[in-house]
Amino acid sequence: MADRVRVSAMMPPGHVRAPVYLRGKTGVIERALGAFPNPEQLAYNQRADKRDLYRVRFTMAEVWGADAEHPTDTIDAEIFAHWLEPVAEDTDDAP
Amino acid sequence: MPHDHPSHGHEGLSTSGHPYRADNDEPLSYWQTMEIAIRELLIEKGVTTAEEVARQIDVMDARSPANGAALVARAWTDPEFHARVLADAGAASREMGFDIGPLHLVAVENTAQVHNAIVCTLCSCYPRNLLGLPPDWYKSRAYRSRMVKEPRAVLREFGVELPEDITVRVHDSTADMRYIVLPRRPERTEGLDEAALAKLVTRDSMIGTGLPRAPA
Repeated sequence: MADRVRVSAMMPPGHVRAPVYLRGKTGVIERALGAFPNPEQLAYNQRADKRDLYRVRFTMAEVWGADAEHPTDTIDAEIFAHWLEPVAEDTDDAP
Repeated sequence: MPHDHPSHGHEGLSTSGHPYRADNDEPLSYWQTMEIAIRELLIEKGVTTAEEVARQIDVMDARSPANGAALVARAWTDPEFHARVLADAGAASREMGFDIGPLHLVAVENTAQVHNAIVCTLCSCYPRNLLGLPPDWYKSRAYRSRMVKEPRAVLREFGVELPEDITVRVHDSTADMRYIVLPRRPERTEGLDEAALAKLVTRDSMIGTGLPRAPA
């Protein structure tokens, strides 16, 4: 997994634990947490595949843009690998 | 004319002038009915007993922030334990004898440069096994939505004013981890032992919405 990642902006129905306010936002991997049962299957009593889980750190500036209360404060959230897209280090996608 | 009857002239108010709390006469919700049905079936089929259910509720009620406070106080006084808490707070809790089940616990440490706070925007994830049941406000929409948008304003309402040059890190418990804040040890506590230090560690200081008490 790349150091810089973007949370997928998809909006599938059902039980999803990637918060909407972070979808489409770019952050950095704070640490890898290991593999955990996929909540999108677990919630429906299906056999849940184990998926890699990461803690991703976002700046307030990235999440809230010009409305950020304090741009360099951060939000860490746990995001499953299938919700993360690698972002090239040399392109500056952050607003 | 003296008259003690509370409804006289104060319809629906108690003698102290407050409205009576309504009896809970409303019908059971779908999920309340489901819980009773499943519980009674499990008891009837001999899978569990009413006593076992009551005992488990006791176990849940017995968990309190004192457990987390003991962990924090030991981390303040024992540098090796401190390192183990930061490496794996779950294992460090078990080492102290706390039954935290399969919980994955991450300790986030406050420093001179960083202040941490925890929230669960999606529901009410909370390190229950170590801190007990969460306060009602932790589950409110106001806390859950504002904590990720304007944490400094929320902390100010809790009486915590942070300087501009401290970074606030908010931890949204979105999946399998639970978080506990390792607050900074208050100044002028050099002479205090572990038990005395634990008394300074408040529940809110381990959520990040408060700071430890100052020594008396």
